Amino acid sequence: MDSSQRIADRFAQARTAARPALIAYITAGDPTPERTVELALALERGGADILELGVPFSDPIADGPVIQRASDRALRAGTNVARVLDIAAQIRKQSDMPIILFSYLNPLLRYGFDKLCQDAREAGIDGCLFTDLSVEEAGDTVETMRKHGLDTVFLAAPTSTERRLKLVAEFSTGFVYVVSRTGVTGEQSTVAGGVDTLVTELRRLTQLPLAVGFGISKREHVEAVGSYADGVVVGSALMRVIEQYGAAPDLAAQLESFTRELTARP
Amino acid sequence: MSQATQMPDAGGHFGPYGGRYVPETLMAPLEALEQAYYAARQDPAFQSELADLLANFAGRPTPLYEAKRLSQNLGGARIFIKREDLLHTGAHKINNCLGQILLARRMGKKRIIAETGAGQHGVASATVCALFGLECIVYMGEEDMRRQKLNVFRMRLLGAKVVAVTSGSRTLKDAVSEAMRDWVTNIETTHYLLGSALGAHPYPMMVRDFHRCTGDEARQQILARVGRLPDRIFACVGGGSNAIGIFTAFLGDENVKLTGVEAGGRSLSAGEHAARFEGGAPGVLQGAYSYLLQDGDGQVSLTHSVSAGLDYALVGPEHAWLHDQGRANYVSASDRDALNAARTLARTEGIIPALESAHAVAEAIRCAPADQGLIYIVNLSGRGDKDTDIYRENFPELDAENA
Repeated sequence: MDSSQRIADRFAQARTAARPALIAYITAGDPTPERTVELALALERGGADILELGVPFSDPIADGPVIQRASDRALRAGTNVARVLDIAAQIRKQSDMPIILFSYLNPLLRYGFDKLCQDAREAGIDGCLFTDLSVEEAGDTVETMRKHGLDTVFLAAPTSTERRLKLVAEFSTGFVYVVSRTGVTGEQSTVAGGVDTLVTELRRLTQLPLAVGFGISKREHVEAVGSYADGVVVGSALMRVIEQYGAAPDLAAQLESFTRELTARP
Repeated sequence: MSQATQMPDAGGHFGPYGGRYVPETLMAPLEALEQAYYAARQDPAFQSELADLLANFAGRPTPLYEAKRLSQNLGGARIFIKREDLLHTGAHKINNCLGQILLARRMGKKRIIAETGAGQHGVASATVCALFGLECIVYMGEEDMRRQKLNVFRMRLLGAKVVAVTSGSRTLKDAVSEAMRDWVTNIETTHYLLGSALGAHPYPMMVRDFHRCTGDEARQQILARVGRLPDRIFACVGGGSNAIGIFTAFLGDENVKLTGVEAGGRSLSAGEHAARFEGGAPGVLQGAYSYLLQDGDGQVSLTHSVSAGLDYALVGPEHAWLHDQGRANYVSASDRDALNAARTLARTEGIIPALESAHAVAEAIRCAPADQGLIYIVNLSGRGDKDTDIYRENFPELDAENA
């Protein structure tokens, strides 16, 4: 089976419209597993092109306080890998938006990696990104994901050497996630300088779309990064909205309207 | 020497364990650290500076003391104690800290971060930073800060900044996560002085190497003293740095039985202990693949031990490999066994051990009566001053005796 076409198509559509694709991250299960489906659909209505569905983990070393708190809430609400896959399947029934499973490795190893890939594909998930999986450790997992037709997205970082960028480009399908700055996930007032250089460097190494994330939280960031990257990833800013309106009946509407501000859709 | 001494492979794997499970941002810095470490290891100037500090600052070699009264009372094995508790700062942790601080200086790092559980590694980190005039930030779980107030103050007296970690269970695991988050943010200026044989490659290898002096000395000392190798070696295992430090010299000696003692806590029910080999399964935490206490969903379990230094959900990856190979065996001692062993050692030998080390003493005490004629070495990794409050809480009758 080939890798998902859905991701490639979305980037192509965005390119045709001369805008960056918006990749929206949310932690599955925050505030509850039941509400994640409507939140994903709200993101799509607000103009998100691709959904990154986060599996909550007890020890999220790459995440700042906003996503740490979201993970805690999701775990307390009983979210586990099986529930996340179920959420993905429900979203897929109502939407064609590509879904990337975004996770730390351990919950997936525990679930059983081959079974995970099979169940993820059946749930309509298009690709995976594992925060703590380096390309060096990824041989078997990449093979399994490809076997099941899942795109394999890897991170490129400001610290990555040229040798490492080549490896990241080689191991990635779908797109490459370009980390804008050293640090954990979280909002910043400005986007880190130097990420445009990293994007330029990666262009020489791969034809894949390049999406920039970490610290993007406002329309002006989306515009600035969108001038040189194919996509932008927004996560903590969305999770802050979910945190703020978690108990409110109009949470989905708030999230949709925030997303609309980011994408400047009418 | 056996194959086990050639571990890890180029990627930092001990069999299937270890490796580098970290975000990409940390990968190149870990490669740079690995290269710097290999270069330092080959550099006679580095080695001689380290040897000088270990001898004249830390107090190496440490004695190998024969615990005659303890042995006689138990009526079996002849028990020797490797006195790492006599090192400067009160525990073995200083060995690794001296090695890593010299490495950090070579790499031009001006800012040092560390995690600590019991506070011994935090104190040792603060000490070496004071020695070289480097900024030191120590992450410590709020719960551990409560349990180890004395060490918190010692770190501050030495000029370190102690940052309370309030996430998760507020213990060692959460301190490691917070230190990793700091490191990934300040990677240019900062060296992460990781305190146990844990984390991503090259840490488990490097920390082991900096501690192997313990076993190298003990091996020479026991040969000089009794003319033969010991039959058994006991060491407590949290991350496992003191244990791997003493085990390494003996890995090729097949007749030397190596025993790691984990924290059995209050009981072996989930959440009540930190016995990874009894209650865990292989998984990934904080950079390494090893035996991990986790629930059915792959979330990391809460742990408990009366000793903050053993209260951690993952065991160092080389121990996982030694376990699977059958080269070392791993058991657990309960909170109560460790407390009682500490009192026994105090009263028979005049040595108050750290609660961590008391777990190794407890297992030796349990086994000794049946082992007439055998020779034991117990690695006494730290001294018990820091645990005085916990001993008082658990032996209230001792305060009453003189009332």
